[in-house]
Amino acid sequence: MDWQGQKLVEQIMQIMLLVFAVIAFVAGYVLGSFRMMMIVYAGGVALTALITVPNWPLFNRHPLNWLDPSEAEKHPKPQVAVSSKKERHQKVNVVLAAE
Amino acid sequence: MHSFGYRLNGLLTFSLTILTIMCAIASLSDNLNTPSPSAEIQIININRFQKQPQGNDEVSLTMNISADLQSLFTWNTKQLFIFVAAEYETPKNSLNQVSLWDAIIIAKEHAKFWIHTSNKYRFVDQGNNLRGKEFNLTLHWHVMPKTGKMFADKIVLTGYSFPEEYR
Repeated sequence: MDWQGQKLVEQIMQIMLLVFAVIAFVAGYVLGSFRMMMIVYAGGVALTALITVPNWPLFNRHPLNWLDPSEAEKHPKPQVAVSSKKERHQKVNVVLAAE
Repeated sequence: MHSFGYRLNGLLTFSLTILTIMCAIASLSDNLNTPSPSAEIQIININRFQKQPQGNDEVSLTMNISADLQSLFTWNTKQLFIFVAAEYETPKNSLNQVSLWDAIIIAKEHAKFWIHTSNKYRFVDQGNNLRGKEFNLTLHWHVMPKTGKMFADKIVLTGYSFPEEYR
């Protein structure tokens, strides 16, 4: 599920549970049956679980496009430059030998 | 909410929290009920009225108990526990309550009843104070809910008294 999907699913879940809770309570109170309230609410929870918990494709419509591995090789990471101290000491004895 | 298990956990927790709130509101809705119960107890006969070897008075009596407790039932009532107690005063105790009979009513239809019974539990005094004593019979009830608060109340019926002599 992508980020947009997750946000949508969380909202759907909270609203559906609250709505089913209200419907269940009113149904139970009007019918005078505690059992009715529990049955309606349990059905509502099951329905909400069916809609929001599994990874349905409709929640994956804005997928994140990660970079392909071959694309990454064409643009290698820049190397850090390394300085050498050995080249400075070679030029000193050449002038004395010519006289 | 980024995995199946995460979402399932969130859903179950939230749904159970909401269920708790629904049960609390259901219990509060019991306060909207205004009951109007009625009861009558007739003592048909005092079968035995003797002094035990230990010195305590014992009574056995037969009663007709009739009551209409249907208005106590709500949608959130699991059962009604009722009992009849004899209440009287003695020099030793300012209040004596002796339970004579009890019953559990689980359905509204059974709450309007009439029963002819002797006392289910023995009626024994602490001492020998019962001759000629006046006493009340009270019908107590406990409305036991499916969720939430239990309500208890009673009806006091006065005017009963024991005979002057043992029989």
